[in-house]
Amino acid sequence: MSKSIQLHFELPGNDLALAGEASSKVKKTLNQLGLKPAVVKKTAVAMYEAEINAIIHAGGGTLAATIDQEKVVVVVRDQGPGIADLELAMQEGYSTAPEKIREMGFGAGMGLPNMKRHADLLEIESAVGQGTVVTIIVYL
Amino acid sequence: MKIREIAQVLEAKIEVEGDSLDLEIEAACGADLMSDVMAYAKDNVLLLTGLVSPQVIRTAEMLDIKAVVLVRGKKPDATMLKMAAEKGITLLTTKESMFTSCGKLYNLGLTKRGIRD
Ligand SMILES: Nc1ncnc2c1ncn2[C@@H]1O[C@H](COP(=O)(O)OP(=O)(O)O)[C@@H](O)[C@H]1O
Ligand SMILES: [Mg+2]
Repeated sequence: MSKSIQLHFELPGNDLALAGEASSKVKKTLNQLGLKPAVVKKTAVAMYEAEINAIIHAGGGTLAATIDQEKVVVVVRDQGPGIADLELAMQEGYSTAPEKIREMGFGAGMGLPNMKRHADLLEIESAVGQGTVVTIIVYL
Repeated sequence: MKIREIAQVLEAKIEVEGDSLDLEIEAACGADLMSDVMAYAKDNVLLLTGLVSPQVIRTAEMLDIKAVVLVRGKKPDATMLKMAAEKGITLLTTKESMFTSCGKLYNLGLTKRGIRD
């Protein structure tokens, strides 16, 4: 891999069945590139949770993945309501998700802690009324 | 225990035959919460769940889970069937409850827990 590889996806907010489609495609690419299974799994879990959040909490957004010689970087961006208290949101069990989301197996307040657990580096920038940018880095 | 044997023990219907029914499964986890599965699941596990949602198959895909059992007579929807087939994941359905499914499998040797601490 001499150059970096870039992937970009729109995350539609209106079809919950499609949630995870972008992560699925990125994961496929990571496997095709022959990255270590542990790296692929860490990235897959963290980005899937981030994708789900952008769709269920922010009405959709974008997911961009960049792979170079040393790392995978996934940036999930939305223009939703933002997160007022990030420290609170990071706590296990904290969730504002409605019942409909629980029926999908999410909304237990484990997403952000899961991202933190799986990413080598997790950065979240959020502004109320403007949106949220989640950056996940996993080193190869 | 092979996926094929798991299907026999649970008298399960094979809704989708994934990549291989002869795959050896070493551990299992029963959960309705997909975030829990993602937080703690180990490699090469069987997922038993009462949840009918495409996100079950997505979660399995993200974690390289090769076999999923829907318990309590739940039926997969069309999206789940299509996704499982595309991703080579075996999808089983059983009338047994979560508790008896886990009990029967445990009894016959599938005793390793599918999650980390
Ligand atoms: N992209 C986002 N936009 C707005 N709020 C968010 C976003 N991501 C997370 N949150 C807030 O943080 C809370 C915790 O998120 P998370 O740990 O993923 O749990 P869950 O998604 O199960 O609620 C959410 O309930 C929501 O209030
Ligand atoms: Mg979440």
